[in-house]
Amino acid sequence: MEKIDASFFPAEREAELDVVGTSVQRADARGHVTGRTQFYEDVSFPGMLHLKMVRSTRHHALISNLDVAPAMQVPGVVRVLTHKDVPNNWYTILKLIGVEPDDEPVLPEDRVLFMGEQICAVLAETPQAALEGARRVVVDYEDLPAVFDVEEAMTSTPFKKQGTNYFVYEGHNCRRIRFGDVDKAFAEADHIIEHRYESSPIEHAPTETSGCIAKPEGNGRVTVYSNTQALYFTLDNMALILGVPFNKLRLVGGTVGGGFGGKVDVMVEPIAALGAMLTNRPVKYAYSRAEEMQVSSPRAAERIYIKDGVMKDGRIVARKVTLYVDAGAYCRHSTYGTTKAAAHMPGPYTIPNVHVDAYCVYTNRTPSSAMRGFGVTIGDFALESQMDQVARFLGMDPMQLRLINAYRDGDMKAHRKKVEGAALVEVIQAAAKQTGHSLPPQFASMSSLKQEAGHGQA
Amino acid sequence: MKHAVVSLTVNGAERQMLVAPGTTLLDALRENQGLTGTRRGCEQGACGSCTVLLDGRTVMSCMVPVETIDEARVDTIEGLTPPQGLHPIQEAFLEGFATQCGFCTSGMIMATAGLLAKNPDPTREDAVRAISGNVCRCTGYEAIIDAVLDAARRVSAAGSARAA
Repeated sequence: MEKIDASFFPAEREAELDVVGTSVQRADARGHVTGRTQFYEDVSFPGMLHLKMVRSTRHHALISNLDVAPAMQVPGVVRVLTHKDVPNNWYTILKLIGVEPDDEPVLPEDRVLFMGEQICAVLAETPQAALEGARRVVVDYEDLPAVFDVEEAMTSTPFKKQGTNYFVYEGHNCRRIRFGDVDKAFAEADHIIEHRYESSPIEHAPTETSGCIAKPEGNGRVTVYSNTQALYFTLDNMALILGVPFNKLRLVGGTVGGGFGGKVDVMVEPIAALGAMLTNRPVKYAYSRAEEMQVSSPRAAERIYIKDGVMKDGRIVARKVTLYVDAGAYCRHSTYGTTKAAAHMPGPYTIPNVHVDAYCVYTNRTPSSAMRGFGVTIGDFALESQMDQVARFLGMDPMQLRLINAYRDGDMKAHRKKVEGAALVEVIQAAAKQTGHSLPPQFASMSSLKQEAGHGQA
Repeated sequence: MKHAVVSLTVNGAERQMLVAPGTTLLDALRENQGLTGTRRGCEQGACGSCTVLLDGRTVMSCMVPVETIDEARVDTIEGLTPPQGLHPIQEAFLEGFATQCGFCTSGMIMATAGLLAKNPDPTREDAVRAISGNVCRCTGYEAIIDAVLDAARRVSAAGSARAA
């Protein structure tokens, strides 16, 4: 492996980088190559029950009738759990860091908001009996209009009990950033360049599906073996949902067969633990591959409008961003991702006038949530595509356009944080060098450290 | 329907097991034999995490009803690991940084073992084809393909050393 280039910013480091750039073996690799790494599913217990969910076959509907009696006729079925069994049925994952309201039921009471939503849980002696039991549960629906488009959802009839199809940020229908005066700057700009960017949901598709095993212990606690990426979110939410003190729950995890953010939501553990507590037997709840693909939360689809006011010399003097995150039916981590998207605007560029409206919108699609840099990744796709569009419009070298507008140490960002540790200029210069792209001397000699007079001002 | 008794030679040892109709080789290995190194990824023959050797051929164990292979020889990742140290294929994966989350690793290594058993000197294309039924969502495959080729060199060197 190549040693990292430590020639940049030597004054900012106290010691030599003696580990970065060297090969260090993973602590768990020997377990991986011998098959001895223990994933959650590699434990099993006598008397373990298997849990299968009955899932919504509708995008949005009232549940007019739910009959679980036929499931109980299947040999091996032990119990069916409905919302009536859940001590505190309404929750939202980020509650413990102050996010509200509770917008998601563990098991829905009278309606389903997306296709695949869990309705009731069948516990049985074998996976086959649980599947057969789930198949026999009767659900009657009254279909309701479903909305799948974020902009349509903003103006259509609210379908959630809290009364809006968007998350409310401090009294506003979106997360807002206001910096300078975009309208004045647009009026003074040489050109206005506006484009729309859009992405689809992306499924993490981990090779190991989401799952857990909950086991009641002799001391009254419940041990949960899980492949969650978020043990403490899970512990906290389980305690709140189940109405038990935190010290009644023990979470065992840490080894995840592929996560990428897809195992951050709290989905399988509360209901498995509830089943374990009510039957006093170990309960295993593992998503099938089909469930993993259909109901585990994907990366949110986003729609992003970017309007730039640009001068002939390449300076971007104003940027207005209108961004919609499709949260799907429930909040989960999308409110956080939307805030992150807003804070990321207008990208790593110093633009003196910025206006951002970032909406976290509810639709009748599968709830979306965390995935690798969520809130930022799709924003970057839009921002950097826009930079290329601006460069093409002006007939400029896209690298030079970025260097003209690059943020440097000391610049004020639109969300009022001063830039520190910027390295965009150096990264572009290194990329130019490696690709044989020649830069004129005034660009080749730029630095993120130096503040040239007037830089960043229109 | 009644359970059946199935005899298999698992990692060199004869095993008898009582299985319900429709039990897969994967479940027989994991649930009956406690050999959890063989991973359950999709249960539909799509991901290769459960790859084992059946009479020397690579198979996805989730697609094999165990009643249909009575008297067969089955080799798993547990059987590949020698009493001391690692098998050369395991060394190649370890030293080549060919694991990340580790969930696909057992299947990748068994697919490599199956390849090298019939083709000790594979080309890069052979290596790609051998793991084409095995999904890895972390690494992007390059390190794994390199490890398969490195494993071939290591196995062949170990073979020469033994012959000398």
